[in-house]
Amino acid sequence: MTKLQYPFDEKAVRALKAGEAVSISGRIYTGRDKLHKFFADGGKLPVDFKDGALYHCGPVVVKTNDGYKVMAAGPTTSVRENPYEPDFIAKTGVRIIIGKGGMDSNTLAAMEKHGCVYVQAVGGAAALSAASVEKVAGVSLLDEFGAAEAVWHFDVKDFRGVVAMDAGGNSLFASVAEASREKLAKLIA
Amino acid sequence: MATKKKNDVVEKLAELIRETSSSLPDDVECAIKAALRKEDKGSSAAVVLKTILDNVKLARSASTPLCQDTGTLTFFIDSKLRAKLKPADIKKAVALATKNGWLRKNTIDSVTGRSYDDNCADSAPVVHYIEREPGEDGMVTLIMKGGGSENMSRQYSLPDSELGAGRDLEGVRKCILDAVCKAQGYGCAPGVLGVCIGGDRATGYETAKLQLLRSLDDKNPDKKLAALERNVLSDANSLGIGPMGLGGKTTLLGVKIAARTRVPASFFVTIAYMCWALRRRSLTLKVS
Repeated sequence: MTKLQYPFDEKAVRALKAGEAVSISGRIYTGRDKLHKFFADGGKLPVDFKDGALYHCGPVVVKTNDGYKVMAAGPTTSVRENPYEPDFIAKTGVRIIIGKGGMDSNTLAAMEKHGCVYVQAVGGAAALSAASVEKVAGVSLLDEFGAAEAVWHFDVKDFRGVVAMDAGGNSLFASVAEASREKLAKLIA
Repeated sequence: MATKKKNDVVEKLAELIRETSSSLPDDVECAIKAALRKEDKGSSAAVVLKTILDNVKLARSASTPLCQDTGTLTFFIDSKLRAKLKPADIKKAVALATKNGWLRKNTIDSVTGRSYDDNCADSAPVVHYIEREPGEDGMVTLIMKGGGSENMSRQYSLPDSELGAGRDLEGVRKCILDAVCKAQGYGCAPGVLGVCIGGDRATGYETAKLQLLRSLDDKNPDKKLAALERNVLSDANSLGIGPMGLGGKTTLLGVKIAARTRVPASFFVTIAYMCWALRRRSLTLKVS
């Protein structure tokens, strides 16, 4: 298990290989459909993603007396952000994108060019992901986007995932999908 | 007295929802543990399965949802309990469970886009009254199925020239494997398939979903279907899709197949794809 600590160093990120298990600690920010559309339409990002991590996640967060508590925070499907992500990567300098299901070849190319990786969090493992959030340090665009779409500032410890798309142009999803289709063709021939 | 009794039923149903949402059934957890033993140490597949098992343990001890998508709630209720379990009681239980954080606010009006924050509407939750064995006790079964897996469910109409699938069990096998390949990891693999051969489109999906209630280690009494279940499971796991689509030996945890009669003109094969978080629980209630 490779440990990664915010801020994420470009060289260390580029050294990660598809298939490698990672443990992420430090600051990560959530952002999904509304944030990507907002940014593409010229909106100003509320936080600095440079050398940071973007988590495709719509968490369940409850307000407590001394702040916020995360109840469930599993990943959402990333493909919906395909149209926006290459530009987001190029303009922000984000190093890690966390989600589920993987992203397209344009995003993979942007990752290779700018030094970024895609980490697959385990779909459904919402209790565990929530438990790795040590603190909700803040939230942006809460009123504008609503709780599920807002940019939550999570300080995480040992947030686990698997590098599924690396900065060398390798996508675990693409190779697995291709191999499975070839195998299927044989099975139903 | 009557009011007290009614509340009792609401509380029992709310407890059923809590347990279903937070505690994975034993047979499914055992199947995931067995799958982990088969995967190579240190592989992505092993890491994912270990993470899933850690999550299962944590959710159960903390009584929090296993997955933030608490899904469509479908109740199958013994028709003998029709008089005892009113739709209003079921809704009260769902609202209570939502308030307690066991369910996400997960019910959206398809026309206006507004959220029903207590998860109760004319068509939610889904309630089916079904005929079961006669007796003094009646069974209530709840299944919670999330959107990611539901999006991967599929229905085929045979013959299918693209797959070279005809109107026989070999054609059925081809459809099921195609559905598994198309789903890749998107439905949160390793999944469980409920399959219906035949029926019309609506009963096909209903019967397919009902198969998800069967224990993973049961045996199909129909020898031909039992053999098909075994073969499809083995073939699907040879596709190499693996947990969450990252590669590996475990693409499916189980395949459960049933058949319905059909009209001569139609031959449907319906596949209900369920994620690893196969949340289903039953509760037994006295009829009287």
